[in-house]
Amino acid sequence: MNYDLQSSNFRASNVPNSTSPESGLKRFGDKRISDLLVESRQANVNRQRIQEFIIEKLLFAGGMAAILFIALIFIFLFKEGVKAFFLIKPIEFIGTHILDFDDNRVFACMWQPVGESGKYSIVPLLIGSFLVALPATVISTILGVGCGIYLAEIASAKVREIVKPAIELLAGIPTVVIGFLCLTLLATYVQNAFHTTFRLNAFVGALGVSLVIIPVIASITDDALRAVPNELREASYGLGATKWETIWKVVVPAGISGVTASIILGMGRALGETMIVVMATGNAALVTGNVFSSVRTMTATIAAELGAVPQGGPQYCALFLVGSLLFFITFVLNLVAELIISRMRKKLRL
Amino acid sequence: MKVEHGIKGQQKTKITLDGLSFYYGKYKAIDNVSMEFFECMVTAIIGPSGCGKSTLIKSINRISEITNDVQVEGKVLLDNKNVYDRDVDLVDLRRRVGMVFQRPNPFPKSIYDNVAFGPRLYGVNNKKRLDEIVEYSLVKSALWNEVKDRLNQSAIGLSGGQQQRLCIARALAVDPEVLLMDEPCSALDPTATARIEELIEDLKKYYTIAIVTHNMQQAARISDYTGFLLNGQLIEYNITTAIFTNPDKKVTEDYITGRFG
Repeated sequence: MNYDLQSSNFRASNVPNSTSPESGLKRFGDKRISDLLVESRQANVNRQRIQEFIIEKLLFAGGMAAILFIALIFIFLFKEGVKAFFLIKPIEFIGTHILDFDDNRVFACMWQPVGESGKYSIVPLLIGSFLVALPATVISTILGVGCGIYLAEIASAKVREIVKPAIELLAGIPTVVIGFLCLTLLATYVQNAFHTTFRLNAFVGALGVSLVIIPVIASITDDALRAVPNELREASYGLGATKWETIWKVVVPAGISGVTASIILGMGRALGETMIVVMATGNAALVTGNVFSSVRTMTATIAAELGAVPQGGPQYCALFLVGSLLFFITFVLNLVAELIISRMRKKLRL
Repeated sequence: MKVEHGIKGQQKTKITLDGLSFYYGKYKAIDNVSMEFFECMVTAIIGPSGCGKSTLIKSINRISEITNDVQVEGKVLLDNKNVYDRDVDLVDLRRRVGMVFQRPNPFPKSIYDNVAFGPRLYGVNNKKRLDEIVEYSLVKSALWNEVKDRLNQSAIGLSGGQQQRLCIARALAVDPEVLLMDEPCSALDPTATARIEELIEDLKKYYTIAIVTHNMQQAARISDYTGFLLNGQLIEYNITTAIFTNPDKKVTEDYITGRFG
């Protein structure tokens, strides 16, 4: 709607007096500041446009590069891995018939990739990986989430200032050092404590791997909980909740998506961890459910064998197949984490 | 500061601030304030930003000390018992003195779980009893009709005004005696604000209400008593009509007529 001021019933005396907008404003010669700005912008406008264009494309390229690298890695792994199916019968990746001591034919899952009749069952490697990763995830969930809660909710600013960098430092210790400690010290303690048959076993490896993923879980949990708005804590205290009730019933549920993500990421790390398990788990490819038995993980197998096999041979391709499987498992794990998080977000509308 | 209002004696004093000074670290946020809050009355605290309004009412349920390093001088008497005494049970204090915050802060849980949160804290787990408490609280906060068919949906899906009424329901569910409201309408649109004001009008029949607001019209509309706070000091405290029609102090008049603040 347009108002015609002239014809409306305003009396001139009701209208506030206006002065010229020009008076009293800073001038450079005959130019106002705005004139200078407009002029200098004119001069820059082309350069600016090119700058914007380049920066935008660079950032885009950066984003695309990450996807490209993943795609390339996957294609390469898969291309080499799939060759294994032409060199080895698919059933042999699960197991082969062998003769036992009484000359009976039995079906056995063995990883014994040497000689004419190499055996390429992936089963013991899968079992090995999970026998290390699952206990490691459980241990570091308990300690890592506990640590994250402590850092975010309980520790004073002073304590936090010391503890948080210390935990992050833990993540920076080279894994070979941790593996070394596991091999020499921890393995002995574990054997003395649990009277295990094997000195180096999945549990020792799991403890070592925990040291690496506890900082990951603690750090992400801490971030997730600190992102929970203070208003929720105040509301909880305001209803008479104690500190523990506030943490357990309000803060942790509100930050649960981040906590879950940290655990799943930690498990991905645990599955992919190599150096510690090479050194600490005994590297015997056994089919077992016992965490105190020696195991050989997928990562340790690749690390130990790939450097010493002829390219293109059955063992070489089988190792690539193991690598593809590992890649696939961690990919699915991350996907599941993403789904859980987005479902929770939707449910809570965070 | 004693209130001279002619009908003194008819009201029962619920809360007395007696020479209260409140420090955040070294910073003095409240400076020697003495005033009374009367039972089943709405007392508004007005004043410019940063004058200590929120701190003043938060000193009553001792909520500031959770996240801040605070020091207190003087007394806050709730039914003649100093809430800063050593033997005070904080859980019980905060049950008796409910609080509604500046921004609606429902928990990211279902509507039902939000209201049932308080009673559950105290160990009420009987489903039937909880159902009754939840319905009662939501009816009292004038939200029941809007949410009764979706009690299990997330509270975050409600509108801002509904969220704030849910927060009021949540506070009512533990059967408080006092309601502290810290600018409860500052994040709401005028319609939602009007509904909350109506609600306050109704709730004062049952509860002693202390409300902080920087909206002077709101204070004038809903409160029975008004205190004007400036730089942590209580400048003037009186029945609301007196404050808004005939303030004693020049500075009060300047503030309520919009000359500063």
